[in-house]
Amino acid sequence: MSSNTPSSSAGGVGSADSSAPRRNSKRPKYSKFTQQELPACKPILTPRWVISAFILVSIVFIPIGVVSLFASQDVVEIIDRYETECVPQDFRNNKVSFIQSDANKTCTRRLTVTKRMKQPIYVYYQLDNFYQNHRRYVKSRSDSQLKDNSSWNDVSSCKPEDDSNGQPIVPCGLIAWSLFNDTYNFSLNNQQLAVNKTEISWKSDRDSKFGNDVFPRNFQNGTLIGGKSLDPTVPLSEQEDLIVWMRTAALPTFRKLYGKIERDLQPNEVIHVTLENNYNTYSFNGKKKLVLSTTSWLGGKNDFLGIAYLTVGGLCFFLALSFTVVYLVKPRRLGDPSYLSWNRNPGGQ
Amino acid sequence: MKRYVYINENESSHELYCDNRISNRKYTVLNFLPKNLWEQFSRFMNQYFLLIACLQLWSLITPVNPASTWGPLIFIFAVSASKEAWDDYNRYLSDKKANEKLVWVVRQGIRKHIQAQDIHVGNIVWLRENDEVPCDLVLIGTSDPQGLCYVETSALDGETDLKTRGIPATCMGIDFELLHKIKGVIECPNPDKDIRRFDANLRLFPPFIDNDVCPLTIKNTILQSCYLRNTEWACGVAVHTGNETKLGMSRGIPEPKLTAMDAMIDKLTGAIFVFQIVVVMVLGIAGNVWKDTEARKQWYVLYPLEGPWYELLVIPLRFELLCSIMIPISIKVSLDLVKSLYAKFIDWDSEMIDYETGIPSHATNTAISEDLGQVEYIMTDKTGTLTENRMIFRRCCINGVFYGNESGDALKLLNAVAGSSPDVIQFVTVMAICNTVIPIKSKTGAILYKAQSQDEDALVNAAAQLHMVYANKNANILEIRFNGSIIKYELLEILEFTSDRKRMSVVVKDCQNGKILLLSKGADEAILPYAYDGQQTRTFIEVVEQYAQLGLRTLCLAWRELKEDEYQEWSLMFKEASSTLVDREWRIAEVCQRLEHEFEVLGVTAIEDCLQDGVPETIETLRKAGINFWMLTGDKQNTAIQIALSCNFISPEPKGQLLLIDGKTEDEVCRSLERVLLTMRITSSEPKDVAFVVDGWALEIALKHYRKAFTELAILSRTAICCRVTPSQKAQLVELLKSCDYRTLAIGDGGNDVRMIQQADIGVGISGREGLQAARAADYSIGKFRFLKRLILVHGRYSYNRTAFLSQYSFYKSLVICFIQIFFSFISGVSGTSLFNSVSLMAYNVFYTSVPVLVSVLDKDLSEGTVMQHPQILFYCQAGRLLNPSTFAGWFGRSLFHAIIVFVITIHAYAYEKSEMEELSMVALSGCIWLQAFVVALETNSFTVLQHLAIWGNLVAFYVINWIISAIPASGMYTIMFRLCRQPSYWITMFLIVAAGMGPVLALKYLRYTYRPSKINTLQQAERMGGPILTLGNIEPQPRSIEKEVSPLSITQPKSRSPVYEPLLSDSPNSSRRSLGPGTPFDFFQLQSRLSSNYSRNCKDN
Repeated sequence: MSSNTPSSSAGGVGSADSSAPRRNSKRPKYSKFTQQELPACKPILTPRWVISAFILVSIVFIPIGVVSLFASQDVVEIIDRYETECVPQDFRNNKVSFIQSDANKTCTRRLTVTKRMKQPIYVYYQLDNFYQNHRRYVKSRSDSQLKDNSSWNDVSSCKPEDDSNGQPIVPCGLIAWSLFNDTYNFSLNNQQLAVNKTEISWKSDRDSKFGNDVFPRNFQNGTLIGGKSLDPTVPLSEQEDLIVWMRTAALPTFRKLYGKIERDLQPNEVIHVTLENNYNTYSFNGKKKLVLSTTSWLGGKNDFLGIAYLTVGGLCFFLALSFTVVYLVKPRRLGDPSYLSWNRNPGGQ
Repeated sequence: MKRYVYINENESSHELYCDNRISNRKYTVLNFLPKNLWEQFSRFMNQYFLLIACLQLWSLITPVNPASTWGPLIFIFAVSASKEAWDDYNRYLSDKKANEKLVWVVRQGIRKHIQAQDIHVGNIVWLRENDEVPCDLVLIGTSDPQGLCYVETSALDGETDLKTRGIPATCMGIDFELLHKIKGVIECPNPDKDIRRFDANLRLFPPFIDNDVCPLTIKNTILQSCYLRNTEWACGVAVHTGNETKLGMSRGIPEPKLTAMDAMIDKLTGAIFVFQIVVVMVLGIAGNVWKDTEARKQWYVLYPLEGPWYELLVIPLRFELLCSIMIPISIKVSLDLVKSLYAKFIDWDSEMIDYETGIPSHATNTAISEDLGQVEYIMTDKTGTLTENRMIFRRCCINGVFYGNESGDALKLLNAVAGSSPDVIQFVTVMAICNTVIPIKSKTGAILYKAQSQDEDALVNAAAQLHMVYANKNANILEIRFNGSIIKYELLEILEFTSDRKRMSVVVKDCQNGKILLLSKGADEAILPYAYDGQQTRTFIEVVEQYAQLGLRTLCLAWRELKEDEYQEWSLMFKEASSTLVDREWRIAEVCQRLEHEFEVLGVTAIEDCLQDGVPETIETLRKAGINFWMLTGDKQNTAIQIALSCNFISPEPKGQLLLIDGKTEDEVCRSLERVLLTMRITSSEPKDVAFVVDGWALEIALKHYRKAFTELAILSRTAICCRVTPSQKAQLVELLKSCDYRTLAIGDGGNDVRMIQQADIGVGISGREGLQAARAADYSIGKFRFLKRLILVHGRYSYNRTAFLSQYSFYKSLVICFIQIFFSFISGVSGTSLFNSVSLMAYNVFYTSVPVLVSVLDKDLSEGTVMQHPQILFYCQAGRLLNPSTFAGWFGRSLFHAIIVFVITIHAYAYEKSEMEELSMVALSGCIWLQAFVVALETNSFTVLQHLAIWGNLVAFYVINWIISAIPASGMYTIMFRLCRQPSYWITMFLIVAAGMGPVLALKYLRYTYRPSKINTLQQAERMGGPILTLGNIEPQPRSIEKEVSPLSITQPKSRSPVYEPLLSDSPNSSRRSLGPGTPFDFFQLQSRLSSNYSRNCKDN
């Protein structure tokens, strides 16, 4: 027989003597790992195990669901949709031209407190159909510029809002440029209701993401004005509206914190809101809502978790029940060798 | 094509032939990077990843940081490149060691110590005892006065015996000093890799004797990598150097084998790729439409009115990149990793160590373990594979008188020898000297035989026990001690054994009376037809038949007295034939034929080759597992059938049926084939053991002319015995079954099996007595046949199951994240925003989801014992039940379901004021990680500590890693993870995702597990509920149905096997294992049995 192909390409002259006599190669060391004999527990899906798992889940989930639902119900929320109401009747057919005109956009809203609201009461604005997560939008910012004064001209990622009149914009990018610029003034019983607009952004953002030596520069100076202008004398770390806005939302419907009202509101109190309806959501039929909301341990008013927990818990209970019934009606012995019919002789041709 | 090597001409050959620098290296420092990259990028998957990575460099379209693809890509490439580089570096080191080794070479007439790499063709190289031969040499001198030397060739062919090599006749007697100055020319063929042939001529120039052409054979050469043994020194002329030596030429990288599973994974990858393209097209169109209708109104996005020309492509390309993770980049790494671990498990397995020799099993090919679990056909060799290849002389028939049978009349034979019955003496003489055995006297005075063939070893040892001791071989003089006297024979010629001639002969001259004798031994059909006219060979034919029925190997011994002139005349022809360069083997055979006739047949010897331990059990188990066995042997039909019967290969009469295909002409074969086929078709419906037997001759005709019919037969038949087949026919049969899309496994031990081993999907070599040739060519080498059971049922099956899970899971986890991205794109204006950040995406694929699944290499669905008890369960692997488009569809559906769960719950739980991008993305990601941990846990059958550690530890690691990243102010997700972990709603969301995601999966699995369990499930239940597992479903014996048309062979099993096989003479230590009967009459042989127990692991040199 002529073929003598070495098993691997390494079978050279020099290595030949090392690979050839496998006879004296050392024996494998015995260990439970190498022999694949590590002690193992092998759970199987017995009816008892599965049914009790489902029961357990339902026992845990239903109370949590109830608690969550209660938490959500406890939250008092006043929502006022104003984007249509705040456009004068004459302009209702052409809201876009209204919002782009220089007309007076002040508008007054009346909010009635339905239930007692404990402080702090959070004031949100809610935008609908606003794609802060659009790829073009979400990337158009320069984190280094926001943080550090020295890289103020680092605007490469900010296109198309990177510079105006040949000068870099600080803060640059579409997000900053389109900063929300409606303003709200609250009054209760003809008294100014103070809205605390500090500490509405994340502390970590103020401390680490937005520099306290970075000042707005050349902002909203271009031909196209997007949103709010910034006070060039206030450092970015104190421009909390901007900081909040720049935390882009992942969903096209989102709320952003506007401020906090730090007193309780009693039922049937009426709040008058004087708002400046500046922000253009009309060109894309976006909604604007003003939201006053208390909070719970679970966050804002959101029934989803509670309902979902109740549903899952209920379904698990139902499954457990039906498994039990099926098991009792039609018991089946596990591992019954009679199910092993090799007579079909699988390999047979 | 020939090369002319001028001995001792220093300059001339330098340009013509390469120097002796050996290079096994694939790369050089310069070409490593391009060459390696080129190789890696020749795979489709890698090209795909590279394309994706390059697209990501375009910042306009990339949804994530390019690092998320480049990182893993570079990592993967770096891993395989550094593995290659390390291998290559080791090769370089070993080459360097070999190249810089100092050797003695004659330069300008003086012996010098130079580096091996500086040897040139034509140089004379001097070797001392135990030196390694640096290149292929033609011997011209040795320390032995007869011009002999001994070499060990184990590095070359794995055979451990010493081989004799001799100097050519012309060089005989040249003085030691003159060897330095010798001049001449060697005419030799161009380098090839045939290590058994070297057809060359040597002509020495004056003053060195005559101008005669002296023939050279492989016997006159010592090849690179051999070792010089038992010889003080030797010198030779370098004829082939460097990479042109026989060893260098036979080096080569075997073609990588692809497992059925890999093929399936590739197919599924292709399907996913198509799916991805469809998704990309749909989303791309949707994205462009949305952009033109909606996005223009979204003033804050500031879409330019006129985009660049490629604008329409941007969104589809973005989605292509976003969806690129559908094909997981980690799958290649994971698979490579687990595959090498499977191979390690095989290497480590202490139950597959051959404790007799201490050889552990070894997986040379680490990539095809899964295929072991999918084997459908096993093609096995007989000798040395099913049998031990340990020959024991059992019986003989001398001139019609039987010696050795149930009653054990070995005494009779001994008496006959003692009684100097001339026939018997002649017979025993042939046994003793008609061979190529080398007797070696050990220091204690005992004689060791170095035999190349086990049969010869058995015969010589038997002869020695009959007091005909082959005592010494001194050059051409053979000494035999017989009854105290010494008989000398002069060995004139050896007519060697070849597989075509099937016999070997020696021509000796009796030194006492000067008679020239031709002694022959060989297969019956190679001896009996050449008996002299008057001799009755009928008895011998019957004897051979009878012995073969007992499963014994038979050899016929014959002799003839030659006349002086007849011999002289023939001798010239033989010499001439031996020196031909073209077709030497054939010419020699022809010349030998002229001498080997007119035999006086002396008798028949019968040698038993014991079955290996556990062979019948192994075959039975594996056949229960649905594997079909074919026996391919070079042995006789009857012997093959007997062995087949005794090892459960075929069932005896009532249950089994043997169909014979024979015939010498096309017509006969055709008729017989059709008849067998007809019977097969009828009986194929009933579970009866039908096997067909075909011999090499009929097989050749069938394969040539009736390939279609034979293929059909091959498909129908579960068992086949092919006897008298050549190595190439073995390979052809493997090829045939492979062409029918069967997974084939070839197992063999000898050089004649190498081709079939290489041809088959899986080649298993038994590192046995015939050397390591087969083991080296094979993908797996095992010590004993019985380990095959464990190799297939345990290692193959587990590997298949584990890879099935791992590969599908890899797709599942990539799809989950990809579906989430796709869903997210619908709420982000179909603009191709990535929900997840680059770091998370990268870590998700490479780390979070890879580690837990890697420990699935420890998963065992059923214990080894259960599998062995119910080998039928292998069917699930063979039929590919665990990885196929429908199981994949299940995983696909699961990934879709889980993606929906994670996405819907996340966007609802984190709506309104909580819908911050980074937070939402981490919620979704951790949802995926949680689900995945539970999916792995649910799919794991056996939990070891490592599994718990990997699954739950990974979950912990996920948080730890993200906390660390969240602590870096520069990172996008600064403080995110801390914020989330403080929120009760985060944890509540996680539990909701787990419960909603796993509940239906668990319920479905439970229902299927309990009410429609697969066999695996049932066995799992049975195993864990405890209690005895009953084997119910053996193939029930069926009523016999005899097909009248086909004459069944008589395959009656010998009634009682053991007593029949009392060794006639030699009593090897192992023979008592099988012989249970009264074996006492041989007590007095025991004293001498030490002789025969000195087995050296010799190898058949055919």
